[in-house]
Amino acid sequence: MKSLGTYLRWDTAVGILLIAVFLAGTSSTDGFASSGNLSAALNDTAEIALIALPMTLLVVAGQVDLSVASMLGLSSALAGSLWDAGYAFELIVPLCLLAGAAGGLLNGWLVTRVGLPPLAVTIGTLTLYRGLASVVLGDKAVAGFPDDYARWAAATETVPGTFVPYPIALFAVLAVLAAVLLHMTGFGRSLYAIGAQEEAARFAGIRVRRVKLALFVVSGLMASFAGIVYTLRYGSARADNGLGLELVVIASVLLGGVDFNGGKGTLGGAVAGVLLIGLLNNLLTLNDVANEIRVIVTGLLLIASVLTPRAVSAVAERRNRRLAASP
Amino acid sequence: MTEVPVLAAHGLSKSFGAVRALQDVSLTLHAGEAHALAGENGAGKSTLIKILAGVHRPDTGQLLLDDAPVAFHGPADARDAGIAVIYQEPTLFPDLSIAENIFMGRQPRRTLRRIDRSAVRDATAALMRRLGVDLDPGRPARGLSIADQQIVEIAKALSFDARVLIMDEPTAALTGSETARLFAVVEALRAEGAAVLFISHRLAEVFRLCRRVTTLRDGRRVATDEVEALTEDDLVRRMVGRDLDELYPKQEAELGGTALSVRRLTREGVFHDVSFDVRRGEIVALAGLVGAGRSEVVQAAFGVDTPDAGEVHVAGRPLRRGSPTAAMDAGVALVPEDRRQRGLVMEMSIERNIGLTGLGRLGSAGLVQRTLERGRAADWAARLRLKYGRLTDDVGVLSGGNQQKVVLAKWLATEPTVLIVDEPTRGIDVGTKAEVHRLLSELAAGGLAVLMVSSDLPEVLGMADRVLVMHEGRLVAEIPRAEATEESVMTAATGRGTGEAAA
Ligand SMILES: Nc1ncnc2c1ncn2[C@@H]1O[C@H](COP(=O)(O)OP(=O)(O)OP(=O)(O)O)[C@@H](O)[C@H]1O
Ligand SMILES: [Mg+2]
Repeated sequence: MKSLGTYLRWDTAVGILLIAVFLAGTSSTDGFASSGNLSAALNDTAEIALIALPMTLLVVAGQVDLSVASMLGLSSALAGSLWDAGYAFELIVPLCLLAGAAGGLLNGWLVTRVGLPPLAVTIGTLTLYRGLASVVLGDKAVAGFPDDYARWAAATETVPGTFVPYPIALFAVLAVLAAVLLHMTGFGRSLYAIGAQEEAARFAGIRVRRVKLALFVVSGLMASFAGIVYTLRYGSARADNGLGLELVVIASVLLGGVDFNGGKGTLGGAVAGVLLIGLLNNLLTLNDVANEIRVIVTGLLLIASVLTPRAVSAVAERRNRRLAASP
Repeated sequence: MTEVPVLAAHGLSKSFGAVRALQDVSLTLHAGEAHALAGENGAGKSTLIKILAGVHRPDTGQLLLDDAPVAFHGPADARDAGIAVIYQEPTLFPDLSIAENIFMGRQPRRTLRRIDRSAVRDATAALMRRLGVDLDPGRPARGLSIADQQIVEIAKALSFDARVLIMDEPTAALTGSETARLFAVVEALRAEGAAVLFISHRLAEVFRLCRRVTTLRDGRRVATDEVEALTEDDLVRRMVGRDLDELYPKQEAELGGTALSVRRLTREGVFHDVSFDVRRGEIVALAGLVGAGRSEVVQAAFGVDTPDAGEVHVAGRPLRRGSPTAAMDAGVALVPEDRRQRGLVMEMSIERNIGLTGLGRLGSAGLVQRTLERGRAADWAARLRLKYGRLTDDVGVLSGGNQQKVVLAKWLATEPTVLIVDEPTRGIDVGTKAEVHRLLSELAAGGLAVLMVSSDLPEVLGMADRVLVMHEGRLVAEIPRAEATEESVMTAATGRGTGEAAA
């Protein structure tokens, strides 16, 4: 007999768990499987899901970006203050994206040129970007964004014939692109090499610094875009939008089996992790479970995701030895 | 022999998944005996040693210490039983100093359990003197060459009062003089009654140091012989099961134009003003003692280190400084010395490791085509007679010599015009060594320029058209093939040369 681990990879297991949660929700909770609720549940994870894509690439490459939620807030604040000042929304979007790219560039520059560890750098910029957001908008809230855009981001507007809201449809397309990038291109291969053994990657002629820089820029870009989605979805631009969201993003990615030490994980797993946390949250909310409990459930899941694969391989090891010992 | 063996193994078997690394292997070690373990790459030598060291637990079989059964539940148990081990791959903590690495977990203490740093330093310095090397006990392990790391591992093993000293290819990266020192120390320990188990693919060393030799083939014990009763050829036949072709099949090659030209390359405090050329079709060896700066020079030439001054030209065109990518684009390949840190991504599959140097060429538009990736790996695995289960296995589970073959494959697959190899056959068995030499020779005959750093003097003399010798960061001699002898190279390498500096 072979061990469970040889048949079942962790990311597949998360996928199965996701389906199980879905089925359990369908049978236990009225209204869970209604297309209206599913649209809402999905759309509630839009920002997390979008940011999780570049985050997955970063973590595979052994990096991390903790400043994403602050960048989301900064982008939102920027959008609000520019809208307040009468700029056209069509101009505001590219300006916000530019700010995101610049923020990412700063992260990447500090990591690759100055040589600081990504955790330290992005803890710093987490504070910096949130601070800038407050400078830009103060504690004001700006509302009244153009209807067309707001509708695009709303859970009630879905891709015709489906229950999929537009931000999630966009996410699906980007997820496929990211999966192709990570699993089917040379760039993707080099991310795994950098994450697992940076020195060996450098000796193989991979432009390690350039690759990392690009990842941080994309991460900043995506975070600022998520800021716009957030602003439109809630119809409100505030400096403290998305506070603490970075932890949910990272938790989802790790839950999906991406190794925080780098070099391991799949994009599919990360997406499954995002959806699992999203669905669970929705399910618990529908059942009137208190917010604190929801947070605890997420935490427990995360611990389980880190422990289970290790436990499985330890058990497998022991069983192999026993099997080999008995003729 | 009637006396009780210090350490004995009976009927050991060990499997890793489907791979049967050891099957029913027995071995006895007596006090005052030096015993060699021979076998091809992947024969199971390191696995056997790791069982003796308590790293692996055998699936079946038993260990006897002084004729009493023991079970080691970890390396600490074996160490407490007086077994000191030098593993094939150094496992130092990069952020700790050399002295701290050596006395890890058992530092001499002063009152209040404070670590007695000066005692640690002094003890380390004494060990280094005994080995005849010049390493600062206080410097961190990070950045040490493989040879220096190996020496630290040796010092660590010697610092125990070991009854059994086990050494897995300790000399693979060492040159003759360090090896001689090591052997003198080991010989002294043996004379005091320690049992020694020794692995090396350099058969001459086996004959020099050991009294008995146990040969493994495909995980089984083939024979245990008295060394005196054997010739090298006998031993090779036991290992590979057939006679061996010539070990240094050097072909005459037509020399072409200058392929690689290194001009006044300098890295402050490491090497100075190094200039040389390598022509198409030529094999040039870079010889010298450990620490002479050979690896550092080739790394700067390839661009993984940035030199402070000097230039590198490939086929007449200057290379951008400090850019391995530029060097690769110009057709240069570097097989680095340290395969675990620099040569390979250990947690990545064999095929992906081999593909890593050709990511742009494995498909179009940046995509990697699986069939091309696999084809490239399968092709080179076959050419280098790689012993593996599946190409999707992590490269880390291969035996040391087979890992080295993957590094070679990874770089040969780039079809370079200038091939720089740093210890190309480190840890490779005799049969495959001949194979690698034949390959290098053929490639050179086909117009490849080869620059070879090697601590294996016979290899240098056997393969090189020209030998460049470095001493303390400077190029001190250039010796044509006809004049290269063990004498002439060693004289220059130890700085006793006449000072006829190379151009
Ligand atoms: N941890 C492991 N997991 C899976 N297979 C392993 C593992 N360790 C060793 N093997 C396999 O066991 C076999 C014997 O390996 P071992 O390292 O003992 O060879 P070796 O004789 O030391 O070879 P070399 O001369 O190349 O060092 C090889 O086929 C190797 O791939
Ligand atoms: Mg070995």
